[in-house]
Amino acid sequence: MNRAALKALTAHWWRHPLQLVTLVVGLALATGLWTGVQAINAQARLSYDRAAATLGQSDLPRLEGALTLADFATARRAGWRVTPVLEGRLPDSTLRILGIDPFTAPPSGGTPDLSQGDDLTGFLAGNVIFAAPDARLPDGLPPARVSEALAPGIVLADIAAAQGILGTDTVTRLLVLPDQRTGLPPLTELLPGTRLVEPQMGANIARLTDSFHLNLTAFGLLAFVVGLFIVHAAIGLAFEQRRPLFRTLRALGLPASRLTLLLAVELLGFTLVSGALGILLGYVVAALLLPGVAATLAGLYGAGVAGSLSLSPVWWLSGFAMAGAGLALAGGQSLWQLAHLPVLAPAMPRAWARARAATLRRQAVGGGVLLLLAGAIAVLGDGLVAGFACLGALLLGAALLLPPLLSIVLDLGTGRAKGAVAQWLWADARQQVPGLSLALMALLLALAANIGVGTMVGSFRATFTGFLDQRLAAELYVYAADPGEAQAIRAFVAPRVDAVLPVVSVDSTLEGAPGQIYGQADHATFRDNWPLLDAAPGVWDRLAAGEGALINEQLARRTDLWSGERVDLGSGGMRDILGVYSDYGNPLGQAILTDALFREVFPGIPTLRFGLRLDPADVPALSRDLTERFDLPSDRVVDQARIKAFSLGVFEQTFAVTAALNVLTLGVAAFALWASLTTLGTMRVPQVAPVWALGLTRARLAVADLVRALLLAAFTAALAVPTGIALAWVLLAVVNVQAFGWRLPLLPDPAGWAGLVLWSLMAAGLAAAFPAWRLWRMAPADLVKVFVNER
Amino acid sequence: MNVRALLILLWLAFPAQGQGFAGLGQGGEGFALPRPDPTFAFPADHGPHPDYRIEWWYLTATLTGDDGRPYGIQWTLFRSALTPAGPQVWMGHFGLTTPDAHFSGERLARGGVGQAGVTPDPFAAWIDDWSLAGPDIDTLTLQARTGEAGYDLTLRAEGPLVLHGDGGFSRKSAAGQASYYYSQPFYRVSGTLHLPDGPVEVTGSGWLDREWSSQPLQDDQDGWDWFSLHLDDGSRVMAFSLRGGSPFHYASWIEPDGTLRPYYGDALTVAPLAVTEVAGREVPVRWRVALPAEGLDVTVAAMNPHSWQPTLFPYWEGPVTASGSHAGAGYLEMTGYE
Repeated sequence: MNRAALKALTAHWWRHPLQLVTLVVGLALATGLWTGVQAINAQARLSYDRAAATLGQSDLPRLEGALTLADFATARRAGWRVTPVLEGRLPDSTLRILGIDPFTAPPSGGTPDLSQGDDLTGFLAGNVIFAAPDARLPDGLPPARVSEALAPGIVLADIAAAQGILGTDTVTRLLVLPDQRTGLPPLTELLPGTRLVEPQMGANIARLTDSFHLNLTAFGLLAFVVGLFIVHAAIGLAFEQRRPLFRTLRALGLPASRLTLLLAVELLGFTLVSGALGILLGYVVAALLLPGVAATLAGLYGAGVAGSLSLSPVWWLSGFAMAGAGLALAGGQSLWQLAHLPVLAPAMPRAWARARAATLRRQAVGGGVLLLLAGAIAVLGDGLVAGFACLGALLLGAALLLPPLLSIVLDLGTGRAKGAVAQWLWADARQQVPGLSLALMALLLALAANIGVGTMVGSFRATFTGFLDQRLAAELYVYAADPGEAQAIRAFVAPRVDAVLPVVSVDSTLEGAPGQIYGQADHATFRDNWPLLDAAPGVWDRLAAGEGALINEQLARRTDLWSGERVDLGSGGMRDILGVYSDYGNPLGQAILTDALFREVFPGIPTLRFGLRLDPADVPALSRDLTERFDLPSDRVVDQARIKAFSLGVFEQTFAVTAALNVLTLGVAAFALWASLTTLGTMRVPQVAPVWALGLTRARLAVADLVRALLLAAFTAALAVPTGIALAWVLLAVVNVQAFGWRLPLLPDPAGWAGLVLWSLMAAGLAAAFPAWRLWRMAPADLVKVFVNER
Repeated sequence: MNVRALLILLWLAFPAQGQGFAGLGQGGEGFALPRPDPTFAFPADHGPHPDYRIEWWYLTATLTGDDGRPYGIQWTLFRSALTPAGPQVWMGHFGLTTPDAHFSGERLARGGVGQAGVTPDPFAAWIDDWSLAGPDIDTLTLQARTGEAGYDLTLRAEGPLVLHGDGGFSRKSAAGQASYYYSQPFYRVSGTLHLPDGPVEVTGSGWLDREWSSQPLQDDQDGWDWFSLHLDDGSRVMAFSLRGGSPFHYASWIEPDGTLRPYYGDALTVAPLAVTEVAGREVPVRWRVALPAEGLDVTVAAMNPHSWQPTLFPYWEGPVTASGSHAGAGYLEMTGYE
């Protein structure tokens, strides 16, 4: 009996192949988008980690000073997980050599492959070295192997070999690896004369991009929800249409539980097929978008990263899980109803009954409650989960409100319409709302998600570039190894620059949590450029007079202390807060004192860092001279323009990625609309035929259909724009604050929104074109057939 | 593949065509080779022998906690010379086994900078902050910890060193592959285990193996099963079985006073009784070990079948109990189960 019943059930799909395609493709698209975004995210994250580890330096604290490999061994024997790095300029060359210890270096994609033959032996012996393509090595070195992972101008060798080449027995620094044991003696005590330098820009950029990845994940989830609406529509329709079949099967003696089980099996089959298709699709999406992601990383770190993509088992699992969860969500309701209905009841189709006012009222109430809930969570909620809950409630609420609002508008239109044809058009549109509402909801969600994420990315980019302009105002940053070198560098650059701005900092406990206090010179650079979120009157003069401190946004938000209040800076004392500045990307609290006050409070801290103001045209020459004159490693002379160019490159790439995802989500929504309209087109023939018989031509009817679809899409878009802006606000002001502790300003982008609305109208027009064309070309005989049974 | 991952290929395999333990069969050209009838000079021979390709200091101990539960620990320092007179590479392994958990750790170090090494007098063997050291080989302290677990133990030898095979020349195949091999199987051990749930005071018996060679396995031998047992009557047994195309069996019967009687070939029976899936491989965790000449016929069972060391070249190493003709406890090492 099982087989016969299953055959009867599946026969439906052969008779309605379009529904089958809608269901499978819809779910596959949803899963594919989810998987694709996840894949891009995971791969990019991995690449970031690798890129960071390649240079190893950018996000790890390092110990600097007069160090040897014996000091490295001392630190290791004391229990510190450190790895040595030697960096220096190759004699008679512009290349820099980087010596590493392959046994303790962090696992990284940038470390070259030494797995062939005697490579490791050769590497340790100095016979195997690596360089970026096109590097011209000076005489006396073994031929270098090409490594795409190396930045241009860098030669990589074993540290002992590098010492031999450079004729030194020192190492430049010890990198302090993550996950250290607790209770170890401080490294600076263990190795006197050294100092610990915390990571700088690199780590901050990595944290900033973390925030971006989180938002991309949210986007993936939204894309999946859009897909779910399609699946829900397709399954709902399939269940409705098979009600007579269910009744027949039940009347023939098939128990309700067995029928439910068979339908569940059917859903499982769909999960497997669509899930597999979706995962492959996601892979294609990721593979197409990934070159952009890899290029982004190359720009950020100056080190190329393999743009390879691996289809890991986790993807398969998560893809199937999402597909299964989606189908369960979409089909569960129908299954539950079926299992609880009396034997003969299922014969009554409910499709049109959904139009009943009660349903609309329920949707209106549900949507309103969800929107209120979203508002309440935004105000009262705490934590990342609350942020995502707020996001979900907002979107679902807006989607649920769409059909009731649409009905109200169409009712109003019907009431005001003049003439029979106009009235019929309005009423007919009203009649179609139940059949189209799910597809329109999907369109609303897709458009809102695109507007929200587009706004988020735009705000992100503008804020970030502004932040770079402001905070990295000096043209060149120099880090000296010790006070003597600092003095020499100051003297060297003094005649060639407009200003030398010392930067000095000390670790301290700020309001009970670890943080840093900076000393800063009073200079127009800061007065003109620093973005203050909150400031007391005369902030810069008072700061220069040593009357108080500036604190960063993270510290202010965490402690809820703002200008005019007093803050405990630990060893820096209690200070008046003069202002609060934005400090994107920094996880720690931070405070700024004027240089003179800093020296008074912390007399023993040497100034080793400087910002140099000079004509940008002179930067390359000075940078080169500094590097050569003081033999500074490449990370000690930082060219502001280079950092900016890298960072901007990141956001250009991410723009490309989001644009591609925009097209995909709108495509999914258009597909849903097309499927719904096509289905309706068949079902509506009995309603259209009398109007045709009364004299309206098929062409006019088709045009009316097309215009109606566009109007419905336009109304949806009108609702989607505010929803999208609210979505962006939640992402920037709720989710981001919960996840990272700083808030990004929302920058409106009306042109972008208008563009997206136009795109969605085009998508709706395309979706409606085929059903309209079918109506236009419909054989009059088919229309006449409607009247065959009329008496 | 990063540098660490390839070390497995180069560690014991040379050149890198060998895989894992099968690599022990690769050639040792240019390295010193063990010769029959060795004369050891102690304490100098407790130190490293850089002319030989590989060498290890291998300590295991079966312990009982003040909570009444059995425990086992392993600490090993490996030395490998990549070329004759070339770079030396060190590798440390940590193992701590409880009846329901197994903790492992691994460290790598380059030679010549002091990060890892061995000095014979006073004896010290170390890698990073892990160390086995004392005034001499009879009185040692052992310290090591990973992120999860660790131990602080003292060891006192209550018997002499014993030389395996023919006076410390330990043959590994009929074709003549061999190593130098001696042990200190009479340590009394006490100290503290640091477990995630808190410290546990322990006492028990320890066993230190010293072995060095340049080509200890024949090409077609692809792994071994190695047993060390402390029996209740005070005697000790060390037995190994080399598997593959040229199987080779050997056992040392050690009297409580340190007298050692070697047995080769069919004198020893070693047969697996039950396998368990560990880390995706079928690994025998119950064995029959019989040495009829000494009246030994015992079943050896793993205390915790999941004593898997997921190191660069992974293997099974954990405490075992013996029952049958004798009762006892000891350690089992199984390599080459792919």
